[in-house]
Amino acid sequence: MCTVCGCSSAVFADGQAMSHDEAHRLGLAHSHNDEHAHSHADGDHHHHGLGDAGLSVPGLSQRRLIDVETSILAKNDALAAGNRRVLNALGVLALNFVSSPGSGKTTLLCRTIEALGPLGLAVIEGDQQTSMDAEKIRATGARAIQINTGKGCHLDAAMVGQAIDTLRPKPNSLLFIENVGNLVCPAGFDLGEDAKVAVLSVTEGEDKPLKYPAMFAAARLALLNKTDLAPHCGADLDAYRQNLLRINPHIGIICLSARTGEGMDEWIGWLKSRRQEKAQA
Amino acid sequence: MHEMSLAESIRAIVDDQAAVHGFSRVTRLRVEIGRFSCVEKTALAFAFDAAMAGSPAQGAALEMIDLPGTAYCSDCATTVEIDERFDPCPICGGRKMLPDGGDELRVKDMEVI
Repeated sequence: MCTVCGCSSAVFADGQAMSHDEAHRLGLAHSHNDEHAHSHADGDHHHHGLGDAGLSVPGLSQRRLIDVETSILAKNDALAAGNRRVLNALGVLALNFVSSPGSGKTTLLCRTIEALGPLGLAVIEGDQQTSMDAEKIRATGARAIQINTGKGCHLDAAMVGQAIDTLRPKPNSLLFIENVGNLVCPAGFDLGEDAKVAVLSVTEGEDKPLKYPAMFAAARLALLNKTDLAPHCGADLDAYRQNLLRINPHIGIICLSARTGEGMDEWIGWLKSRRQEKAQA
Repeated sequence: MHEMSLAESIRAIVDDQAAVHGFSRVTRLRVEIGRFSCVEKTALAFAFDAAMAGSPAQGAALEMIDLPGTAYCSDCATTVEIDERFDPCPICGGRKMLPDGGDELRVKDMEVI
């Protein structure tokens, strides 16, 4: 290829064929019309193209820009939509429980199952390691499946989809999904649930909703757990409420203690209402 | 570290696009990141380099475009920029705000050869 004008072919100059570069180097008169039949009246003999420099260079492909405009989470969202279709077709109310580790999700679920009865209820447990949580749930008589995410910090729609296939929830049943204990990552991953329920224990600090706003903004209900400990750790329940509502004015808030049973009636009532709504939908 | 899952999703998008458009290499990839999208940009840049190894986007420059958080103020009947989710309206101070922007997380375009 000629590095001066971009022509690729050999030219005829001074009575002999030579490379185009050479013709330029030797300053010999030669034609630039080898590759195109039209004239360049303005004396410019560059080829036309839409490459980086507006110049096409034979032998080199051009850079081009591809519009993608695709959500990075599009695949997860599509799988979540699939889960949602399956669950809706079955009339299953699915709740995604999110919280920091140690907020008392598993104990809360065990007490909830005891209140509702283990039939018509299934649990998907997510943790990085161990099947301890699923074993605790099974001890109540409910069906449970454990997902170990390994190094993963959240459940995604594909994992939950596989768990749903394995568990095969019964029509009009309840599905509890206990996410990996983490107040950050699970907020962004739709699993196909009807609602996220954030569990927050009073020992964690009133500022947590402000520090991890995405999770509480995405949740429909906040369960303020371990209220029996509130007097012992100087927890200000009103401050918890105010901070939750500042982040999410529409969030429902129920104070309870899974250990003593205080406030559990209100929570069970909330569950029954949602279940009724789902059945009528 | 959910940035790693995000980087893997970007790689899947690159592979899909390569199958459609038939390019061999991505030189530059631009992603749009909304203010409220929970992405730690340094973590994403780190994960991106690791996740693209062996893909057409290996060695590609990752450009991150920040998008502002926005909300519709019912009182002003206008969309305003906000710094924090559920901030009051910066014009009237009202709290009847409907967040409508800032959750974006998408691959905008890529420059390919």
